[in-house]
Amino acid sequence: MKKHFDFIIIGAGIIGSMIARFLSQYHADILLIEKESDIGMGASSANTAIIHAGHDPDPRTLKAKLNLMGNKMWGNIADELGIPFSRTGSYVVAIGNEEFKHLQPLYENGKKNGVPGIKIVKRDFILKAEPLLNPDVKGAILTPSAGIIDPFTATLAVCENAVRNGVNLMLETEFVDFILKDNKIVGIQTNKGTFTSRWIINCAGIYSDEVMHKAGIRTEFKIIPRRGEYMIFDRSKITLNSVFFPVPIKETKGILVTTTTHGNVIIGPNADVINNKEDKSTTHQGEDYVFNNAKKMFPSLDLKHVISQFSGIRATGNNLDRDFIIEIPEKIKGLINLGGIDSPGFASAPAIADNVVNLLKESGEKLLPKINWKAQNPAKKCFRELSYKQRATLIKNNSAYGNIICRCENITEGEILDAIHSIIPARTYDAVKRRTWLGTGRCQGSFDYPKVINILAKELKVPLTDINKKGKGSEFLFRQTKDLETNS
Amino acid sequence: MKNYYDVVVIGGGAAGMAAAIEAKNTGAKNILIIERNDELGGILQQCIHNGFGSIVFKKDLPGPTYAQYYIEQVKKTDIKIMLNTMVMDIINIFAPNSPSPARGEGWGEEGDGRKNFELIISSSIYGYKTLKTKSIVLAMGCRERTRAQIRLPGTRPAGVFTAGTVQRMVNIEGFIPGKNFVILGSGDIGMIMARRLTLEGCHVEKVLEIMPFLTGLRRNYVQCLQDFNIPLELKTTVNRIIGDNRVQAVETIKVDEQLKPVLGTEQIIPCDTLLLSVGLIPENELSIKAGIELDPFTGGPIVDENMCTNVPGIYAAGNVINIQDLVDWVSETGVVAGKNAAFYAMKEEELSSRKIILQKGENVRSVVPQYFNQDRIKDKSVNLQIRVIQPIEKRVNVQLYEDKKVILNFKKNYARPAEMITIKVNGDKLLNGLEGNKLKVSVSEVI
Repeated sequence: MKKHFDFIIIGAGIIGSMIARFLSQYHADILLIEKESDIGMGASSANTAIIHAGHDPDPRTLKAKLNLMGNKMWGNIADELGIPFSRTGSYVVAIGNEEFKHLQPLYENGKKNGVPGIKIVKRDFILKAEPLLNPDVKGAILTPSAGIIDPFTATLAVCENAVRNGVNLMLETEFVDFILKDNKIVGIQTNKGTFTSRWIINCAGIYSDEVMHKAGIRTEFKIIPRRGEYMIFDRSKITLNSVFFPVPIKETKGILVTTTTHGNVIIGPNADVINNKEDKSTTHQGEDYVFNNAKKMFPSLDLKHVISQFSGIRATGNNLDRDFIIEIPEKIKGLINLGGIDSPGFASAPAIADNVVNLLKESGEKLLPKINWKAQNPAKKCFRELSYKQRATLIKNNSAYGNIICRCENITEGEILDAIHSIIPARTYDAVKRRTWLGTGRCQGSFDYPKVINILAKELKVPLTDINKKGKGSEFLFRQTKDLETNS
Repeated sequence: MKNYYDVVVIGGGAAGMAAAIEAKNTGAKNILIIERNDELGGILQQCIHNGFGSIVFKKDLPGPTYAQYYIEQVKKTDIKIMLNTMVMDIINIFAPNSPSPARGEGWGEEGDGRKNFELIISSSIYGYKTLKTKSIVLAMGCRERTRAQIRLPGTRPAGVFTAGTVQRMVNIEGFIPGKNFVILGSGDIGMIMARRLTLEGCHVEKVLEIMPFLTGLRRNYVQCLQDFNIPLELKTTVNRIIGDNRVQAVETIKVDEQLKPVLGTEQIIPCDTLLLSVGLIPENELSIKAGIELDPFTGGPIVDENMCTNVPGIYAAGNVINIQDLVDWVSETGVVAGKNAAFYAMKEEELSSRKIILQKGENVRSVVPQYFNQDRIKDKSVNLQIRVIQPIEKRVNVQLYEDKKVILNFKKNYARPAEMITIKVNGDKLLNGLEGNKLKVSVSEVI
């Protein structure tokens, strides 16, 4: 294992992965470390899955600029990497006359930000576009450039592309401290040993404050973790075609109702300030709040059709302007410091990576483009999206694709094997789930658990009792029947 | 294997096997069972406890033994079996009088009012292909309600399983998924697993039930909980799940008459596994694709006394129609569906003129079948399955009535939501008393 790098990136969420991909275009040795058992386990995979148009950030902020730019860049990146992305447009919906008055200032804000095609549409227009909307709707702001994306698939595709272009990825590798020499950072200590590097890039998400404090900068900056709860609905019961925001309240965009690239309606998020950064639990109060607010826009939503609930934690900073921090601090050398990347962080990710590359260039870093950089990933097989003929041919060539493991979502054994043997291998149940979409339907994995546990054990060549849900300590099986109880 | 069949049975469990055997006995020729698992028997194979066969065999058998009897019957015939095969879609219901894309005798000829069907299957053995059939029996069974359906808040660690999944892990795969268990829901599988896990050396802390009454069978309460000193707490549910990687505890809470949590009654119970036994749902995604109308109260197809759905030629059997409490009833519906699917394929099914609709009256959650065909129930007795809403621990009247006139009255010793009430209705007696075409069913205390 290499010990010296040009760049070490802390955190393999969408921001770390995107920066890794951007830097992989140049001749450089890059290490990307991630403390979890898989990439994208933080806010990158638990969010509203929207590429925002950029109508709501303050025009004076970096957020506004990078959101607009990132939104444009995603189209090309999604094409290159085969990421499910669709410019569905989004609506800010005003229910009743009072809310309608609030549309104008928001529209003007979006106009100032340069949101392409932004306009105010009338009641008839929006009801025609989405008949399930509350008939009391008075009008809406339409932003045609907004889109929906599969956030985990996107993060994975970006990260896989980085790895394909030579980036070293280490999972379950946790940053412990910086190694300093004469006011310059020269490396990091991790739970997997020390690594030296010319540059360290802080992409630690909700832990970005703790990382920068170790470097002795921005000691007053703190991430105030705000948890957002979401609910997903059975797509055989309700489907929508677009993204619907309420008229915003305070500092969040409010409870929105949108569709995923998989066709499921998703509602959320609320905003609960929490003490524990790992507390991704859902609550009765959160559920009530999210559901009741979503119902104001879509009265036909029914709690009976909820198939899953989850929460995500935003990396909101305590800086006054709430803006993204992207900087090379003056106080210390060798660090690129990022922090407070909350919404619209996902939409801004390509622009943030571009911004980091520019900062490096400005600081005198010589970046030499690689000739053999690969913009694309090899295509993945997705059984449920194939035609009858394609499926028949696929199974003829490899019978594992004929074996349906997940009956609700039609996920085959072949796709599970692909996930386990991919360039960033799935080693846990949840990692297989995120890559294949298995277990996400009505039965929520009840039927596939035993099958997937068996496949994982066989492919990873480990005992069944080692197979876990999301890393060490989350094993499913304790012992064989008739075995004596051990004190595990 | 050939691609043309008279009867295709989807699902090789108790209902499907009974249907296939009966179709054979009735005279249908080319019969196929499609099973997604690697063996016949369905859920019976993991039900290694006794309690099966009291009606069909007058014996108390374990699940696999009950299944084995039918498997041997199937194997004695020329019924074809496709294992490890999933039906993806039921399509192309040939319109009457349309030119048939199928070849072979009796396939959608000119003037024949019968529909035929195409099935798309996926399998690592048979590949991805289309089969054609004259009739279908849906016997896909049911699935368990999950954490999401009861919207259980908290974290999302390993160690939250549905009871049936754990039953499979323990009884088929041979692995124990925990040490200290809490079971939510007093459904039968949950209580049976409480005993099973105790016998395997696990500790079952308690069984919680949100309702003020047991939702599984009383005999399971006595044999699985009482005999093993496992406490049952009624009017209690899980308020949240605690633990990041693996379940560390659950917080329980009492509920009031409206099933609303009573604040201040929270209690933390340390455990590493939470088992959910919170109900079953008929599995009808395929039925919906075939255009079959479902009853919102049973979750299964609306059927007549022949177990025929609203699509002529497609029949249903077992738990796909409604959740049964005895496998014997499952087999019985399979027999009815299989016989009539064969008649349909052989063109011996009588067409019916007048439908009698069964409606839900006092204290009735669901009735199956949902309608009778007048011409077909003459000189016959047909089973009527009723689920009640509220338990009545006294003698009850089960009444079939029209407006205010009671046509048939049956007495039962009690009525419990967990136990299906099955009555045999004499068709002639019913038709003699009935003037219109609507019949109401009620279950009330004998006064």
